[in-house]
Amino acid sequence: MRILLVEDDPTVRSFVLKGLKEAGHNVDQADNGKDGLYLAIGEKYDIIILDRMLPGGIDGLNILETLRGQKNNTPVLLLSALSDVDDRVDGLRAGGDDYVTKPFAFSELLARVEALGRRGHNDSAPETSLTVGDLSLDLLSREVRRNGQKIDLQPREFRLLEFLVRHAGQVVTRTMLLEKVWDYHFDPQTNVIDVHVSRLRQKVDKPFETAIIHTVRNAGYILRPTQD
Amino acid sequence: MAEDRSPPRRRWFRRRQEKQPDARRRRWPIRSAGINFALGYGVLFLISATLFLSFIWWSSTNLLNQHVRAFIETDAQELQKRWVYGGAPALGDAITDRLEQNIDDDALYLLIDRHGRRLAGNLPGWPVAIKKMNHFYELSIRRYTFTTPAEFKAYHLPHGFKMIVGHDIRGRTLLSTVITRTLIWCAVMIALLAVGGALVVRDLFRRMVGSIARTASAVANGDLNHRIALTGSETDLVAETVNTMLDRINRLMEGVRQVSNAIAHDLRTPITRARNQLEEALFSATSPDELRTAVDKAIGDLDHITGIFEALLRIAQIEAGSRRSAFTMMDLNQLLANMAELYEASAEDAGLSLHLDIVPLPPLFGDERMLQQALANLLDNAIKFSPPNSTLTLSAHPVPAMPTPETAAAEGTPAGIDISVQDQGPGMNDADILRAHERFFRAESARNTPGSGLGLSLVQAVTSLHHGRLTLTQAHPGLKVTLFLPLTQEAEQNARHTISTENPS
Ligand SMILES: Nc1ncnc2c1ncn2[C@@H]1O[C@H](COP(=O)(O)OP(=O)(O)OP(=O)(O)O)[C@@H](O)[C@H]1O
Ligand SMILES: [Mg+2]
Repeated sequence: MRILLVEDDPTVRSFVLKGLKEAGHNVDQADNGKDGLYLAIGEKYDIIILDRMLPGGIDGLNILETLRGQKNNTPVLLLSALSDVDDRVDGLRAGGDDYVTKPFAFSELLARVEALGRRGHNDSAPETSLTVGDLSLDLLSREVRRNGQKIDLQPREFRLLEFLVRHAGQVVTRTMLLEKVWDYHFDPQTNVIDVHVSRLRQKVDKPFETAIIHTVRNAGYILRPTQD
Repeated sequence: MAEDRSPPRRRWFRRRQEKQPDARRRRWPIRSAGINFALGYGVLFLISATLFLSFIWWSSTNLLNQHVRAFIETDAQELQKRWVYGGAPALGDAITDRLEQNIDDDALYLLIDRHGRRLAGNLPGWPVAIKKMNHFYELSIRRYTFTTPAEFKAYHLPHGFKMIVGHDIRGRTLLSTVITRTLIWCAVMIALLAVGGALVVRDLFRRMVGSIARTASAVANGDLNHRIALTGSETDLVAETVNTMLDRINRLMEGVRQVSNAIAHDLRTPITRARNQLEEALFSATSPDELRTAVDKAIGDLDHITGIFEALLRIAQIEAGSRRSAFTMMDLNQLLANMAELYEASAEDAGLSLHLDIVPLPPLFGDERMLQQALANLLDNAIKFSPPNSTLTLSAHPVPAMPTPETAAAEGTPAGIDISVQDQGPGMNDADILRAHERFFRAESARNTPGSGLGLSLVQAVTSLHHGRLTLTQAHPGLKVTLFLPLTQEAEQNARHTISTENPS
């Protein structure tokens, strides 16, 4: 993917830049709001990563608002040292698509960047079913089949699986699951998400020969279809 | 450090203090509330005295005039009758007669023939102003050595004779002198009263404000425990407000103090651990793997520290009361069901069963995310401290209002909602319960469970934000933590905003 990174802190910038390049992305960078805005408007990117606080008069929110004002709908991920719920709401209201607070784990950022990039691609007509490998989900009747065999899922388990399937081949973090599947924005101390995923595995993976839901160490989970 | 910072702040404060009265001085020169009050009072009284005396003046002159006119009319009728009996001579005699008997010397007559010759009366000649007959005139005339106002009416008599009957109304001049004099005396007395009043009022104001000012300056000088004494007077309203404000400042200061202490003590531990780990790895790690493990652990410690910071900041934000902006009418039933669903799996995983005891609840005005977080903390605790194979209970029910005589009539509208989480773990002793909500407090027995002692502090903050109450009770076995959330005035207003009620707060 072609990514623009606008971040003034040199350490954070080079850290993110290196990580994204290693993950195979093509990254442009800017260390101030003016250059960032110039690049964001002049070039075509799949994703823009914007630090909220930037030196030199133009901050992340300004860039975001300018872009949205020009009907530019490139997905934007905001980076910020402000974790206040209000700030998050401000950022999302200004047209941001996701919000990551500093300090962050790179795996979290990468997972979110890739999820956003994916979302940018397929926002065509609403589907009625999802299929990955031997797994298929009927979104209308909420029926799940693997290898033709029906699997009974609770409503929440279905949503969890749906999210994993929609991001098949990508890492999703626990926080992402908590936010996107449960719509919770707190940090639970106990392993609530792990327990739910392991329940899902009991139903989706255990009865079959191969597992499709995998744990990624230090990051989260990934659903990888059996036949590539 | 405090001395470094205070001078600029004080200067800024003084500048503002000076700027404000400047703007006011241009509009109105007097700044003493007492004098202004007295001035206003005096002006008001003077205006009302003037109005009152004017009314007296107006009504008595009116009465006088009416009286005089009636007198003139009857007198003229009498005199005309004389003409009928004896013609001009009889009338002339009658007029002369009357003038002689008029002790007050206020009657005025004139009788002239067709050539304008004066036949009788005490007017020197026909006044030029009198042109119409049968019409009242008010004129100033010269009599002897002075001028005086008089009321006249002229009449036609047969054969071209004409007669004027008039009346001196110098009584009115007298009245006006009396009234003017009264007005002057009034003004003098009002001025005296106003000055006296000003002094008294100013003194009163000073005394009222003095106690508040003394407390405020004591507080400004750092004595936060000083409070304004309540005297039962009108200033108590201000005093109470200021006292509440001081209580709040005190609490906030206490919070700041607690946090700085906590940062000093409790954050040092994980930071030290991370540092030691890294340092040790730097000096003694022999393989990249060993180094990697150490770095990994240090990152874990740093994340833990970040978590503590986040929690502290969030608690501080909630306590500052700034988050009430996110309050909405919300459905607690849904919230509880979702939370139970989320945690049921973890409970089961820990070998516990989560029992629900929830009755349908009315909508609540509150911050949904904050309540989710609070509830999550309670469930986290319950799961963390429960022994295997025990039961957790999440219950929620409306609390009826206190059955006082007044509320008994208002049939069973609940005063609030109790949400509680009960476990069968070790529980807490009374001394620990009292301290449970303090930041970083962890009971001795909890030392070997993970956690930083901020969970209940946040729950406490969220509960206070909702004007609720957090209670911990021993459940033998276990602990029961109850959140009481009042169904506030606002909530009711929002729920049925068709009925407009006054908001007392
Ligand atoms: N359900 C419970 N049973 C027994 N003790 C409890 C329970 N809940 C809280 N406590 C006691 O109160 C202390 C403070 O709880 P709190 O939730 O504030 O902190 P914590 O759980 O230790 O850490 P954190 O929530 O920040 O991870 C705990 O350390 C424990 O001693
Ligand atoms: Mg806790």
